[in-house]
Amino acid sequence: MRAKLILENGIEFTGNAFGYLNETVGEVVFNTGMTGYQELLTDPSYYGQIVVMTYPLIGNYGVNFDDIESSSPKVKGFVVRELCQNPSNFRCNKDLNTYLIENKIIGLEGIDTRELTKILRSSGTMKGIIAIDNLTKDEISTRLKNFSNKDAVYRVSTKEKYQVDGNGKHVAVIDFGIKQNILRSFIKRGCKLTVFPANVTAKEILDVNPDLVFLSNGPGDPEDLTYVIDNIKRIIGIKPIVGICLGHQLLALSLGGKTQKLKFGHRGYNHPVKDLGKNKVYITSQNHGYYVSQIPNDVIVTHISMNDETVEGMRHKILPIYSVQFHPEACPGPKDNDYIFDEFLSLAL
Amino acid sequence: MALNTEIKKVLVIGSGPIVIGQAAEFDYSGTQACQALREEGIEVVLVNSNPATIMTDKEIADKVYIEPLNVKYLEKIIEKERPDALLAGMGGQTGLNLAVELYDKGILDKYNVKIIGTSIESIKLGEDRELFRDLMKKINQPVIESEIVKSIDEGVYFAEKIGYPVIVRPAYTLGGTGGGIAENKDELVEILEKGLSLSTIGQVLIEKSVKGWKEIEYEVMRDGNGNCICVCNMENIDPVGIHTGDSIVVAPSQTLSDVEYQMLRKAALDIITAVGIVGGCNVQFALNPNSFEYAVIEINPRVSRSSALASKATGYPIAKVAAKIAIGYGLDEIKNEITKKTYACFEPSLDYVVVKIPKWPFDKFNNADRVLGTKMMATGEIMSIGSNFESALLKGIRSLETGRFCLYDEDYMDYETEVLIERVKDADDERIFILSELIRRKIDINTLYKITMIDKFFLYKIKSIVEDEQMLKGITKEELSKDLLNKLKKKGFSDKGIAKLLNCNVNDIYDLRKEWAIQVSYKMVDTCGGEFDAVTPYYYSTYEEFDEVDVSDRKKVLVIGSGPIRIGQGIEFDYASVHCILALKKIGIETIIVNNNPETVSTDFNIADKLYFEPLTEEDVLNIIEKEKPCGVILQFGGQTAIKLAKFLSSKGINILGTSSEQIDIAEDREKFDELLEKLNIKRPRGKAVWNIEDGINVAEKLGYPVLVRPSYVLGGQGMEITKNEQELKYYLTSAFERDSKNPILIDKYLQGKEIEVDAISDGENILIPGIMEHLERAGVHSGDSITMYPSQNVDEDIKAKIVDYTKKISKAIGIKGMINIQFIECQGELYVIEVNPRASRTVPYISKISGVPIVEVATRVMLGEKIENMGYGVDLFKTPNIIAVKVPVFSTQKLPNVEVSLGPEMKSTGEVLGIGKTLEEALYKGFLAAMLYTLEDKGTIVATISDNDKQEFLNIAKKLYELGYKIVATEGTREALNKENIDTELVEKVNSKENNILDVIRNKNITLVVNTPTKGNDSERDGFKIRRAAIEKNIGVITSLDTLNALVDVKMSGVEKEEARVYAI
Repeated sequence: MRAKLILENGIEFTGNAFGYLNETVGEVVFNTGMTGYQELLTDPSYYGQIVVMTYPLIGNYGVNFDDIESSSPKVKGFVVRELCQNPSNFRCNKDLNTYLIENKIIGLEGIDTRELTKILRSSGTMKGIIAIDNLTKDEISTRLKNFSNKDAVYRVSTKEKYQVDGNGKHVAVIDFGIKQNILRSFIKRGCKLTVFPANVTAKEILDVNPDLVFLSNGPGDPEDLTYVIDNIKRIIGIKPIVGICLGHQLLALSLGGKTQKLKFGHRGYNHPVKDLGKNKVYITSQNHGYYVSQIPNDVIVTHISMNDETVEGMRHKILPIYSVQFHPEACPGPKDNDYIFDEFLSLAL
Repeated sequence: MALNTEIKKVLVIGSGPIVIGQAAEFDYSGTQACQALREEGIEVVLVNSNPATIMTDKEIADKVYIEPLNVKYLEKIIEKERPDALLAGMGGQTGLNLAVELYDKGILDKYNVKIIGTSIESIKLGEDRELFRDLMKKINQPVIESEIVKSIDEGVYFAEKIGYPVIVRPAYTLGGTGGGIAENKDELVEILEKGLSLSTIGQVLIEKSVKGWKEIEYEVMRDGNGNCICVCNMENIDPVGIHTGDSIVVAPSQTLSDVEYQMLRKAALDIITAVGIVGGCNVQFALNPNSFEYAVIEINPRVSRSSALASKATGYPIAKVAAKIAIGYGLDEIKNEITKKTYACFEPSLDYVVVKIPKWPFDKFNNADRVLGTKMMATGEIMSIGSNFESALLKGIRSLETGRFCLYDEDYMDYETEVLIERVKDADDERIFILSELIRRKIDINTLYKITMIDKFFLYKIKSIVEDEQMLKGITKEELSKDLLNKLKKKGFSDKGIAKLLNCNVNDIYDLRKEWAIQVSYKMVDTCGGEFDAVTPYYYSTYEEFDEVDVSDRKKVLVIGSGPIRIGQGIEFDYASVHCILALKKIGIETIIVNNNPETVSTDFNIADKLYFEPLTEEDVLNIIEKEKPCGVILQFGGQTAIKLAKFLSSKGINILGTSSEQIDIAEDREKFDELLEKLNIKRPRGKAVWNIEDGINVAEKLGYPVLVRPSYVLGGQGMEITKNEQELKYYLTSAFERDSKNPILIDKYLQGKEIEVDAISDGENILIPGIMEHLERAGVHSGDSITMYPSQNVDEDIKAKIVDYTKKISKAIGIKGMINIQFIECQGELYVIEVNPRASRTVPYISKISGVPIVEVATRVMLGEKIENMGYGVDLFKTPNIIAVKVPVFSTQKLPNVEVSLGPEMKSTGEVLGIGKTLEEALYKGFLAAMLYTLEDKGTIVATISDNDKQEFLNIAKKLYELGYKIVATEGTREALNKENIDTELVEKVNSKENNILDVIRNKNITLVVNTPTKGNDSERDGFKIRRAAIEKNIGVITSLDTLNALVDVKMSGVEKEEARVYAI
């Protein structure tokens, strides 16, 4: 069925709809990863977004039971150049089309994804609609205006607190839409985890007396999360705190720094980041639309992006606080940065 | 890390002649490395024996030595130049082995030369199988169960322990020479015999076969600081068991999930870290298609064919970055040339699909055993880029220039299904077409998967093309809709392919495209999937909506490249294409190059102002012309690939610079050319075109035997033979007309004279001949396979004057503007013209370098209207150089089972070397040495079987050999003749004898050289063939022309080898 991607700036791309045939609205972003679409689809940080893959052939190895970063796909829509009809891999359980139908997500294929990427690169990330029916100008603008992703974190966060047993350090995890491999990375190191929903109070966290507080990744603008920032402020100085991605941005805001939206974000698995302490460059997996534009007082930058020199990691000069913007847990992407979890845990009480 | 300022002068070693397994990719990497070093103000000394390369240009290095690549000559150069450092990883296996040898012999220490880049210790860790295996065990990387053996017994013992099938890989050889898969003991013994003798250290590795696993390669880099990146991964469509050089390869991998991708990526980075690579490295894995089990096959601790491919596939210049790393830079300090903003320390992201298809020489070698295995047989390769796999594959297929434009091939329609199934079990070069036919016959994909172990992903893709082809065969042109045509074009179908399937004229499809505005568009290769603004002028075509080429309003010229390296059309044409571009740039003209060979310098995106990586077909080239609207197209430097586009382009009203299409036709059309020579009163061997066997026999009788026969319109003497009597001629004509009855066969009187060759430039008025070349072998040996001497040694002044006169007359009469190559025969004081090529020939680079005339530049300027007399090189014959340069051909026949070795009118060599000297003997000696033909070690044994015609002539040479102390072993007839002349000769029995037969002697005795002059059309031909193959497979020199032998013996007698080695910077 023919369908259109309509961008906020009026540009339209016509292709064929697949997956669950139902109109969708979201923030249109592109990802440059050549593999890992299943991990990406299930990464809660993409909540509210229509993701465009720059690699043209998607779905080649189908979908399996294992490569998931949360219980279900979180994207609002999925745009590819060519959807694979006959996937092949020993773990392939179903094809991508079926998977998206089952999870009620629309896909769009057969459009010039490179041109779309270039538009997003030069005009910046913007909202868009994948529409099956013809929409009037008014309908388009109403739909775009009504789209808001402000409550994204609360939608993807765990609803209930839960525990994972372990003999090692006790980590209090605040789930803003956490990727499973972050949990697995702590579990692999023997940690005991208490995972809290995003709307947890500082007291509840401190009550479990963790050795370390971890602020997870998640979707949306960190500045929208004033409640969370307040909570973090109450923990700073009491417990060591570490964070990834959104967690890193929230830490920066809590310490008095600033965040800003990137023009078109960092989404892909080929982002070089320099670890300033080690003076070494690591290839990282990234997925963020915001960044720490001004670091707080008493905080030093530990990592920078080699591409645009934005802050990719920071550490407090005095307090046991350390966070990174990129995804050391990979999945998808390179596993070169697993050492970050060891550095996190070295801060634990 | 930063630039190491202690390095002021670096020695770079090239890879020598083009052979199977080591082709133009090292000219590309070496040239890039030299440029990268010189950018930093470092002086570069370059050594390579191959004159056809761009790296041996004075523009590329500060000092260039075209000298034999061995320790003796390298030490001389080191002694003379005193470089601070040696960059080892740019010259392929040859360069790497030499660096190790120079180090091991203490020469580097003696002259205080440091190895930069990957250290010798690390090279050895990566190259020595035992050391590598131990290291892998230490870092927990799985390797395939294997053992190094030094004898057949050891090998058989180990194979029985681990179970068949086993793979045999000799240590330190090129392109897996001498390896193979053995299914049982007999096969193992056969492969081991060969492999043990070919390995320079007498070792082979026997390993458990993982045939059928996926073969995945990673191109990775590491700097001196330990930063690692993966540039690209590639998936071989053909599973493990077929050499990666003979596999169809796709980049990036298509069937790996992120888990598998990252697992192997991490393994690759862990491995190069453990080995200590400083620069680029290739890591090959076997991956079980049914689990996460994998094994490391091998690594190449240097740039390679795969790294050239990865560079072109991604836009990431691996060799250049490797060179920068070697002189101290970190990956985080080197700018990404494509974005100019980001750094080399990142991993390219592709937003297209790349397919590489090997180019095999089986069109030339009809009788070759074309089953693919662990030994590489391809001479070259093409790469194609598409928005989807189907389009990349179809573009690739038409880039091969085999006359195919789709997967559908009538040739396989007549075969039984069982026969075809049998044939895809053991892959050969035709497998993809046979698979297509089987899919067309509705053979289930699962069945084909089980037989071939080609991943179903790829089989389904082929199926989708086949289904479209079948659909097209079922409809008429009138039923072709706009949507359907658009869909087919997006999928990569060519107009010719569609027209063939619809059974209509190709122009109809072109017209429909125009009518429906189905437009090609071009996308950029930018390393980053569009994430950053890129400045690379590197494009490929798609039928997507949007085009990203900015067409400037500058005056521009399109240069057509020469496509894949094949026998008869090698790296020389890339040299010419690149120089043409450089000349145009110098004049201030915008340059556009089209080519499809990823190994070359011309497809480096830094060379032309714009690079279109596209097939060199009429449609694909015309699309670019319509887009760019250049003021003209240059065809003269792209070999026959470019020349054959002349007629088409001209019919489309495209301006061909220099010699026009009609003028080209005068040179190529037999009858028009004969008429012209007649008019000019220039002799040529008499001859005629014939259309059937009777005519042929009549013509031959009139001319008198021997006659030279060949199909019209040939490349590299394809299908050319000398027949000595009616029986031979009849045999030839019968099979030739069976193959192709639509074109005539040319029959010429064969003149046994001296062959002389010139490359000349003509502006329509005047000509410039940079030099006259003389062939060492008498006429009858293809010019590409002859030893060529420049300046000529035995051509007297009045013949020279005649050559100049004829060249001038012919050029003027045809109206040549630009290059012309003429081949002459001098026979009994008369000069005959045998061939005219209205284009650059393979000798252009060699003559340019020795004469100092920038031939391609002069020719390019002439094409744009300049006059030769104003260019400062004079007219007519250029001055003779004071050194002698001898071009010696190099063959790869050892790597091609069942292929004829003996010299003849059909070209067989893959590459060439140059020997430079003050005397002919010195030049010849160095030429033989560099070509690995100087096999006359003192007091050896020579096996001789000489045809009756040649016996008398051989006696004189045999006398010299005898004087030199060689022992001669000969078959009965030859022995008798020798004994009569009092040359003691030992008897050896013929091939079929039970005892003491010649094959046993060759295989089991210590033989220095085999001399065999072939006879034709009887049993001894087959005997001779067996003798030659036996020798070549045992790595023993074979000489089939007495002229070559005589030269070799004269060199030996001159004692030049005992003199101190001299080297000459050119």
